[in-house]
Amino acid sequence: MSFTILEDGRASGVRAHVDGESVRVSPDDLEAALGWALKPQGLCRDEICVPLPKAASISDERGVDLAAFAAALDRPLAIDAGAGAACIGDSASERSVMLHDGEAPDFCLPDLSGRMHALSDQRGRKVLLIAWASW
Amino acid sequence: MALDKSPEDARPYIERASPTHPALIDSEHVVAHRYGIINISSVVWIDENGRIVRPPLIEYGTNMFKDFHGKDAGPHLDQVRAWVRTGALPMSREEASQSQLLPTRDEQLARAEFGLAWHLWQRGDREAAQRHFQRAGELAPHDWTIRRGAMPIQGKDPMGPDFFDLFREWMEAGRPDYRSLAQERRGDRR
Repeated sequence: MSFTILEDGRASGVRAHVDGESVRVSPDDLEAALGWALKPQGLCRDEICVPLPKAASISDERGVDLAAFAAALDRPLAIDAGAGAACIGDSASERSVMLHDGEAPDFCLPDLSGRMHALSDQRGRKVLLIAWASW
Repeated sequence: MALDKSPEDARPYIERASPTHPALIDSEHVVAHRYGIINISSVVWIDENGRIVRPPLIEYGTNMFKDFHGKDAGPHLDQVRAWVRTGALPMSREEASQSQLLPTRDEQLARAEFGLAWHLWQRGDREAAQRHFQRAGELAPHDWTIRRGAMPIQGKDPMGPDFFDLFREWMEAGRPDYRSLAQERRGDRR
């Protein structure tokens, strides 16, 4: 069935095999959506490989188990098998290391006219990042 | 950076303020999550080298609601001016690091639940969305960006009874903020 995987506000449509709460995604679609490929040495993206104790434990002929995939990367997964969607978040330990190190994460957001602005556009200037809302 | 559910909610305020700085929209809270923002208004100081020199802390632009939340806007604004004029930093790197709230696994899961809920709501799956907003709030009870932020998305009044319940709960919990939570967590980690 078609399934949506969300990451950082981006939605990707993938093919998935859903069995109760278990969602298995085709490896090709998973790689296209999230950039991670299942290889003999483990889960790999760019130059990084995360070794898996047993590659077979997260994948079979029906596809890669989404929950096991997220767990292997120590990332949180919010899943609604019935609604056909899941959101994978950032790992707490990874976020903690980055924030503790003090490097301001780059980002790109639109203004009211839809024009995109990146934090890195402001390199060389002092920045106050203010999170506010009308609520 | 407005955390409003749509640019149109933030528009009247931005247009009235007519800022000379970029006024951005983070409706899905992607950047708010990335910086560990748990309430508004939160201010982060980032220096010329892209380093966080003052982590997210609640600061206000005016004293309009000072009677309600008890915080004077003055001292922080003075510090900002001093930083701009002389480069003076209000805290050492050590203190900045100590004040930085590091997210727990539950908080990160809460953020993923929020992201899922947001998408489901946009798609019209309202019942499913509400379940995930609810779950997000349970996982991160002091994250107002999630708990209060989810109210207008679901058509609930962010100044109404749900808000006052949240406020009462916050008062009873000892008015936790970034610093108190960060301190509490360092205690747990020892």
